[in-house]
Amino acid sequence: MRKILIVDDEPNIVMSLEYTFKKNNFEVFIARDGKEALEILQVEVPNVIILDIMMPNVDGYATIEYIKKDSKLKECKVIFLSAKNKESDIEKGMNLGADAYMTKPFSIKKLVEQVTDFFD
Amino acid sequence: MNSFGILVILLLYLGFLFLVAQWAEKKENSKWTNNSYIYTLSLAVYCTTWTYYGSIGVAANSGLNYIPIYLGPVLIFPAWIVILKKIIRISRVNKISSIADFISLRYGNSRFLGATVTLISIAAILPYIGLQLKAITETFHIITKTENNSDVFSDTSTYVALILAVFASFYGTRYVDASEKRKGIVTAVALESAIKLFFFLILGVYVTYFVFDGFDDIYQKASVLKGFHEKNTIHGLEGGMNWLMFCVLSLFAIFLLPRQFHMAVVENNRERHVRTAIWLFPLYLLLFNIFVYPIAWGGNILFDGKGFNPDMFSLLIPQFFNNHFMTLLVFLGGFSAAISMIVVSSISLSTMLSNNLLIPYGFLGSFQTESQNTNSDRIVKIRRIGIFSLIILAYFFYRNFLLNHSIVSVGMISFVIIAQLGPAFFGAIFWKRGALKGVLAGIAIGMFVCFFTLMLPNFWSSINPNNTFYADGYFGIALLKPFQLFGLNYLEPVPHALFWSLLFNTTLYLTFSVSFKGNYRERNYAEIYVDIDRYINHHENAFVWKGTAYIKDIEKVLVRFLGVERTARALKIFNLKYNINKDNTMADARLIKFAENLLTGHIGTASAKILIEGVTKEDKISLPEVLQILEESKENIIVNKKLMETSKELKEMSNQLKTANASLMIKDQQKDEFLDTVTHELRTPITAIRAASEILHDDDDIPEELKKQFLQNIISESDRLNRLIDKILDLEKFETGKQKIYWSEGNLIATIKKAFDPLYQLISNKNIVFTFANENETLYCSYDEERIIQVVTNLVSNAIKFCDAHHGTISISVTPTAENVSVAVANNGAKINAEELETIFDKFYQSQNQNSIKPIGSGLGLAISKQIIEMHHGKIWAHNQETQGVIFTFTIPIKTTILS
Repeated sequence: MRKILIVDDEPNIVMSLEYTFKKNNFEVFIARDGKEALEILQVEVPNVIILDIMMPNVDGYATIEYIKKDSKLKECKVIFLSAKNKESDIEKGMNLGADAYMTKPFSIKKLVEQVTDFFD
Repeated sequence: MNSFGILVILLLYLGFLFLVAQWAEKKENSKWTNNSYIYTLSLAVYCTTWTYYGSIGVAANSGLNYIPIYLGPVLIFPAWIVILKKIIRISRVNKISSIADFISLRYGNSRFLGATVTLISIAAILPYIGLQLKAITETFHIITKTENNSDVFSDTSTYVALILAVFASFYGTRYVDASEKRKGIVTAVALESAIKLFFFLILGVYVTYFVFDGFDDIYQKASVLKGFHEKNTIHGLEGGMNWLMFCVLSLFAIFLLPRQFHMAVVENNRERHVRTAIWLFPLYLLLFNIFVYPIAWGGNILFDGKGFNPDMFSLLIPQFFNNHFMTLLVFLGGFSAAISMIVVSSISLSTMLSNNLLIPYGFLGSFQTESQNTNSDRIVKIRRIGIFSLIILAYFFYRNFLLNHSIVSVGMISFVIIAQLGPAFFGAIFWKRGALKGVLAGIAIGMFVCFFTLMLPNFWSSINPNNTFYADGYFGIALLKPFQLFGLNYLEPVPHALFWSLLFNTTLYLTFSVSFKGNYRERNYAEIYVDIDRYINHHENAFVWKGTAYIKDIEKVLVRFLGVERTARALKIFNLKYNINKDNTMADARLIKFAENLLTGHIGTASAKILIEGVTKEDKISLPEVLQILEESKENIIVNKKLMETSKELKEMSNQLKTANASLMIKDQQKDEFLDTVTHELRTPITAIRAASEILHDDDDIPEELKKQFLQNIISESDRLNRLIDKILDLEKFETGKQKIYWSEGNLIATIKKAFDPLYQLISNKNIVFTFANENETLYCSYDEERIIQVVTNLVSNAIKFCDAHHGTISISVTPTAENVSVAVANNGAKINAEELETIFDKFYQSQNQNSIKPIGSGLGLAISKQIIEMHHGKIWAHNQETQGVIFTFTIPIKTTILS
């Protein structure tokens, strides 16, 4: 079973994501900020990480930097899912090593397509 | 009294004056030396021994005729405020140090004219100085009861003259720059003026009230003397004409005598001093003249028929009554009158001699290769020798020519000669078309007429009394009788000479000026002189010059006279004044004029021009071109002035703009950040709504329970969105000032209760212990109730959000002080990082330290609260409690607080 980690501080958004990916046969892990995400990543190696950027404590940028440094996570696909939608924000996110960048508000269908694309 | 004793007294007196001068030099900025009374008294150098002794002689011999010499200056004095101010300004901006500079600069900075004026001045003043020496000598002989010794070297008075010459030559040359103020000399002269007047008044009172029994007594006794009534009338229209001419004569003298020009113009350091002079100086002359008449006729009464020289009555009367003290006082007063005239005249003459004659015609070449020290030394030496030799020359002139002439007659000739400068002088400041050729022609003819109607007949008669041309006229032509030229037979010799010489002088000046236009330089200075007020601040602008000049070359010339340091300083000031880049290599007209000015004080206008000409290459300019440039520069000066003002304003404005811009940049950045955050905050609920809706829309198999949950999410996120929009608009209103505060008097305690009442349910649900210490009090003050409710609600909501999750406590307390009332809302939650205590009041700020369960909030509450409190002129801040929890406090200022 494929594993997915959802990192977002908005519970209502997380709820929709959790429902969707469970339905698509993912094992879903949830973190409410970067700090929690890193704790989870100590023990789990998900196939996909959906990462918000503006979060308390440790934000998305810092989180992806940790992820990219960790060699056992190098197969992880990271998708930024953020309300930051300027060209420069997207560029910055991609430069940090993200595999995809989706802006909020987003289409669940497209997000699922994006995630399944990784495995084709 | 013996000669030796008198000499000692004179030396002591000179020493005293010297000390006064030294003291004044040190205190040159003190109010004792630098005031309008000192200035006015220094002008009284006008009253020489002529006034002191000579007037009495005139009054004794010919009654009222002594008066016009004082009437002229008094009549013209009201006009001084205009004329003198103008002359002072012209002289100041052009660094003029003598009347020769003044006249010659105006007529194109003509070296020849400067020399001419110098020669005329020397010709006029040298005998006049001789006259003062004569007065000193004669009075010396009278009070020591000695005879004039025909051997110059055994005559004590020779040594008096020598001492004076040394005194004047060392004291008059303290400064190389002749346009410098000599406070020492001015103060000493002012003191002498006070002394001579004071002693003369003492004598007057003595003669009138002690020797005689008041004015009436003298009048009665005098009226029986022979010729009294004939002497004391004006003699009808003809006499009136004589008077008029004498008035004109003295009126010219007060402006043109080198010593008057020197004191009134060169030594003037405050224009406003002139205002005191216009009433005080006439008063001084009046006081001096009150007792002339009684002393003169007192002398006539006492010495009737004894054949004494009436010039000496003021000494003879006290001596006659054996009043030695009074005699000595009078002698010292006369001595004061004489030496102040001698010192000031010789200083001004030697300045002219060096700056307008010797340097431009002789020494200039040798200056060009020497260092500043050598040059300065040499200039001072020239002047020193000049003063010394002028006095010695005057002494010999007196010994050889003046022994048998009265004080007044010689003085009058001097006045007539100096009056020849009048047309050129007054034309200089009032008539732009006055030209050099006119001046030279006028002066030449004026001097010519003077010579044949005054000097020649006077001296000829003393050498050869048996000549015939008095009666028959020159060459036997009746129209050329020296004292009745062209048949004008009712004027006395002096008014007669003055009349004809001035008439010819003025006529030629006018006609030649109109017929032969001056060159461009003359026209240029004419503009500067006549319209001085327009150029006073930036006079260098008014100087027209075209050509090629290098600043380096000019600097080299300046260094020879000013030294390296002063030159550098002067150029720096110049660059600052005209806002000129110091890296410029080419000099413009302004710098040429500026450099000439700097040199002028040292070597005179003509030499300054010659030196600067030597290192520059001037292009010829035509007269129309000058007029055009001047016209433009006139406009330019006005425009410039405006530009300077505008540029100043612009500078200020640009500074303001810079600050404004900087704060705008910050604001802009803040606005960007704000927009970023706002959009982020808006998108977040929309994202949640969209996601939930999409699932609900696409997924038909969704369990009922979950479906309800998604719908609930949509509702709460929509509410959140709405609240957010409300708060953003709220904040925007506060920030742009659109939100008004509706002040009303109210009970603050009740208002606070109103605020937390709706929250009470939430508080008890969370098991929070809530206390409001002042619950039962009333506190009236002025505030906007709705807004304060908003603040309290926000603070209490935050407290609920952040207080300890399990054992939460919240307490509110209100504390009034004299100036304000403070409301504190305390919770027992986590502390806030010290560096965040202020930033939490920023928009959308959410603590980095809050626990990761995101509390529901817009991030705008505290920012809005801060705006509200600030609009109430209060403060809001947060501080951590010692062990746990945070207290938020706000204050509102109160005028009246009633706590019961």
